[in-house]
Parts: sequence; structure tokens; C-alpha cells
Amino acid sequence: MFKKLKPVIKKEFRQISRDRRILAVLLFVPTFLLIMFGYALNFDVKHISLAIYDEDRTSDSRNLIEQFIHSEYFELNYYLNNQKEVDKLLDNEKVKLAIIIPNNFSKKLQRGESAEIQIIIDGANANTASIISGYVNSIVQNYSLKIISEIFQHSKILHLNLPLEPRPRLWYNPELVSAKFLVPGLIAFILMITTVISTSLSIVREKERGTIEQIIVSPVQPIQLIIGKTLPYMLLALVSAYLILMVGYLLFDIEVKGSQFLLFLVTLIYLLAGLGMGIFISTVSDSQQVAFQISALLTILPTFILSGFVFPIRNMPLFIQMVTYIIPARYFLVAIRGIILKGSGLGAFWKEIVFLVIFNILIFGLSWLRMRKIKI
Amino acid sequence: MSHYKKFLSDKPMSENVIIVNNLSKKFGSFTAVDNISFSVAEGEIFGFLGANGAGKSTTIRILCGLLSPSSGSAVVAGYDVNHQAELVKTRIGYMSQKFSLYEDLTVKENIIFYGGIYGLSNAQIEERMGWIVEMTGLSGSENRLTRELAVGWKQRLALGCAVIHQPRIVFLDEPTSGVDPVFRKNFWELINQFSEQGTTIFVTTHYLDEAEYCNRLMLIHRGRIIAGGSPGELKEIYITNPILEIECDSALEVLEILQKEEWVIESSIFGTYLHIMVRDELEAKHKIKKILSEKSINLKRVDKITPGLEDVFISLIEKPEQSDRL
Repeated sequence: MFKKLKPVIKKEFRQISRDRRILAVLLFVPTFLLIMFGYALNFDVKHISLAIYDEDRTSDSRNLIEQFIHSEYFELNYYLNNQKEVDKLLDNEKVKLAIIIPNNFSKKLQRGESAEIQIIIDGANANTASIISGYVNSIVQNYSLKIISEIFQHSKILHLNLPLEPRPRLWYNPELVSAKFLVPGLIAFILMITTVISTSLSIVREKERGTIEQIIVSPVQPIQLIIGKTLPYMLLALVSAYLILMVGYLLFDIEVKGSQFLLFLVTLIYLLAGLGMGIFISTVSDSQQVAFQISALLTILPTFILSGFVFPIRNMPLFIQMVTYIIPARYFLVAIRGIILKGSGLGAFWKEIVFLVIFNILIFGLSWLRMRKIKI
Repeated sequence: MSHYKKFLSDKPMSENVIIVNNLSKKFGSFTAVDNISFSVAEGEIFGFLGANGAGKSTTIRILCGLLSPSSGSAVVAGYDVNHQAELVKTRIGYMSQKFSLYEDLTVKENIIFYGGIYGLSNAQIEERMGWIVEMTGLSGSENRLTRELAVGWKQRLALGCAVIHQPRIVFLDEPTSGVDPVFRKNFWELINQFSEQGTTIFVTTHYLDEAEYCNRLMLIHRGRIIAGGSPGELKEIYITNPILEIECDSALEVLEILQKEEWVIESSIFGTYLHIMVRDELEAKHKIKKILSEKSINLKRVDKITPGLEDVFISLIEKPEQSDRL
């Protein structure tokens, strides 16, 4: 078995080493993508541009404004003199948030009435808008509480402490850095694309150039050919995966908390899924162009959208949730996020691994059936 | 490898190494190969002749185990291609019309790869490499990328790779398509060398001039075998009437005129000449001269010629009883 495998592997490595483009695609594009995505895909909402129109201009209104200025989430870029400017600034996306303090603000407070302030948020990006709304609410509420407790203290009726005080602590990613959450996802995303595309292209290329015929008439079995051809790509994809981890460590401070061995194993199983898909695609396409299109279609968007990489799966409609079960990245993501961010062991994601293995068996079985039927 | 040595030792003489019985291949409703039977003796150069789409490649692909037949059987090198394809594969070489070499590998690397997949040891590959490089005339170019070679050299290298494991039979599917005439002649000399060493050559071509190099020929038309024999036999059997070659001005016009004459059995254009088959040589010559002078067309010469295989082929496929069925 191995004797005839060896020439195929050697040949494939020679061809890869001669084709600088494929080498670059396999080794450097993934790390490049990570750097790009790592900086660009940022879900942190900070330094929100803020405009304030303070009609009241009292120490009370200024106090409220202080609360916003002192939080790291907001940046007071515009202090306005009339209300019309608010519209313009929001229209031109100069600010995401505008606060209008009416001129009776201080009076109402003094009278012990409820003083209203108007908050206008740019809701174009619903996600960001709801985060901003949350920040604003908590600042305003804190300020209200502060006023109440001051009143109580002032009247010396009683010394009052707040009955409840939440002390949130964020685990696994305490600084709430998006990159930490993204890097494992990017590894899943990039590995899937590169392995599927490179394997499907390398097999279809032999079909397109007719070299596969020459191999089929030789004593080499199709299975030997496939293994011999895919092993080199698998190795390169592994190297690529570790390059991504290294860049993740150097640029985004992401350390692998869990077992390296487990990480390797899980990655290997995931790569097999990608190779299986690549092989299957090559059995249904006759030209490199078609193979490329199918590969791109089946990997890029599903892995990005349906894997839980960016959007949580449990928020999706039930039908879409069902579809995610055939996306290998879905399982790998749970495992790799667990290992890298939480340091969890096999116990936390053994179900995902079982699903991934089932996927592999199915996709390789399907490819084998196709190959037998059409003699590649 | 064991089979490598075996080729050299146990070689029974003048045995039929290819036996085909009632072989058919259908693609949907289209019959590419229609119930053909033939055999090829060891050491022969066997030519399989036909136009594009006549069923040549389909047949050769069945014999090499690339396609399964719809019905019928074929025995190659003593093994059934249907059930013992793996045993057949170690004993045959195959070269397709595409010259299946890896263009991004060097000459040497291609040879090493093909040697490797046939299970040759490094020492054997080394030895065969020397032989292939010498035979193909590629010495000095071993480290050049295959894509840099001219078509003729690629073709020779492809042949070298196809016979690296010293197969009993070599299948060549249109080996000379797209190669210039000098290289074609050269290539056939190479094939002759192999044949002299005892290798059986099964070659398909649509160049009729090449067919003259073969020991035995089979003509296939629309999936059926319409004639077979040595080039000499074919000419003798199928060309019973004299053939005249005419050199004249406006050959097309003359062809049209002569086709209407009842004494002309067949007529066709060969380059700038006309070939016509007639019942009586002298009578025909006389009539041709007469007709052309009436039309005041300049006649340069009209001679009786020894028929070529082209004439045989045209005569065969123009017979209605041969071509009326698909």
C-alpha cells in the first residue's frame, strides 16, 4: 500500500513546491486573513461619538453630562447650540448618539419631579444600537440612584445603602476583546476554505489534464491516489493552523489554555472533514473552475454564517438551526473555543467530536460511492 | 517487483495477447462500439483505424480497463478486463492522445513518478531512466520542465513513461495527433523498435498513411468493424478496379463533372489531385481526356496508381450496405 503511495506523495509535494501561488494560498493567506479580520471584525462598542444639546445649562445638567464624558464608552464630540444640528449630525453619521437636556431639567429635579431627557440613537446597526442603549440606561440609572441617595443623606432621615449591588465578572475573556472570540472561529473558517479548495482543485486538475487516466491504467488504486494527493495538503493545512495560532498569540495575546494534544487531534478530525468535502466535490465536477465555485459556495458563507462563528446558532430560526448540523465548522468551533479560551477537556465537547466523526464517515462514504460509479 | 522479471522470462510465442468477443459499449441510446470481435497476436503492430468518433478510443479504453463494456468480453494479456482489471493493468502500458505527463514536473521527475506507481525499485527506475532518456533523445534535458518541451518530445517522453515497466502490450491512442510529420515518422521508427523487442503494439490512428506501418489493420466505422487484414491484403481484396490519379486545373469542378459519369465507380479528392475508380483503365483515360478538352480544362496528367489505404477506406465506407446502419 505505502509503496505506491510514496511516489504519489512525492510528486504532489514537488508540484506544490513548484506552484508558488498554491503555497502562498495555503501558508500565508490564512495568516494574512487573520490579521485583517482580527483588526477589522471588531464587535467592541467603544468611543461612541456623542452630541449633546444642553438647553438647561445648569450644574445639574452639567453633572449628568460629566457622567457620559467620564465613561470610556462615549466621546463628546459635539456640544450643540440648537436642536436642528442634531438631525444633521445623525444623518451624516457624525454621531451615533445625541442627548437633549430640556431647559426645565434642573427645575424638575429640584422640585422632586421626574425630569425627562431625550436620547436619540442611530439604529441603523441594531446590534450596536442596543449596546449603546444599554450603556446609556446604566449611566442614567446610576446617576438617578446617586441623586436619590444624596437626597436621603441630605435629609438625614437615614443612612441608606443600595439594597442590591451587582458585581459582574467576565470569565474566559475578561477584557471582552473580540479578537479572542474570533481567532478560534477564524482558524475554523480558514482551514475549511483552504483544505476544501486545494484538495478539490488538485484532483480535478488531474482529470482536466488527463493525467488521471494514466494513473487509472496503472496498478495504483484510486484510494491510494486520493490519499497520496491529499496527505500533502493536510500537512500544509496543519502548518497553516499553527501559523494562525502563532499570529494569534503574537498579535492578539491568545494563548491555548487547554491541552495541545487535544487541539491537534480535534484539528486533524476537522481537516479530514474538509478533505472529504474536497474529494466529494472533485467527483462531481469536471473542471477546476466548477470545482472552485462549488468549493467556495459550500465553504465560505456557510462557515461564516451558519457555524456560530459570528452569529449565535440558538438565535436562528429552527429551520436554519437544522441546516447548521451539516456544517462541520459548527462542531469544531465549540471544541476549539473550549480548548483555546476555556481550557476545557474532551468532556465538554465529546458530542461535537462524535458528530464530526459521523460527518467524516458520511462524506468519505459518499465520495467512495461516487468514485466507484464513475471510475473517478 | 516480481512481475517485472516475469515479463522477460515466460513469454509464450505467437499467442493471442488480445482476444475480443462480441464487445459492445452503449452510452445511453448511442452505440459507440457495436458487437466487435477480433484478436491480436503477440509481437504484432496492430492498427485500429477509423475517423474521429468511429469507436476507436472507446474500444481502447475498454481494453485498458478505463471503461466497462455494456456486453461481450475482452481478454488482455491472459486476463479478463471485466473481472481481472488489476492484473491486466500491471501488464499493459497506455499512452493517451493527451500525452498524460505532468507539465510542472521535469523530465526526470515524470519518469520517477511513473516508475514509482508501477512499483519499480529505485535501482530499476535508475536503469530504465537511462534507457528512456537515450531512446527519446532527451539526454541533457532531464532537468527541464516538461511544459518547455516541444510536442514531439513530449510525445516521445509519454511513450517512454508508458513502457517504463516493460509491459507486454502497449496501447497507443492516437499517439501522433498534433505532431509534425518529421516527428511522426520518427515516432513510428521508435514503435518499430519496440515491436522488434517483442512488445505488442495496439495503436489507433486516423492518419491513413501511418496505417501502412502496421502489420495488421482493422477498420472501424460507426462502431462496427468493416474490414481487416494486412495493408497489402486490404488493398488487394477491396480494390478490385483500377484507380486513376488525375492532375488538372480546377479539380473540384472536374470532380463534379466526373461524378455524373456512369463509368466512374468512385471519385474523391486527394490534396490537389483527383482519385477515381473505374472499370477499364484505357477506356476511362480516353474519356477523361475527351471531356476535359471539351470543357477546355487543362489536364496535366492521368495515371493508374497503386491504391493507398485511403482508397480502400473510401471505397469501404461508401458502400451503402456498410454504412446504412448506425
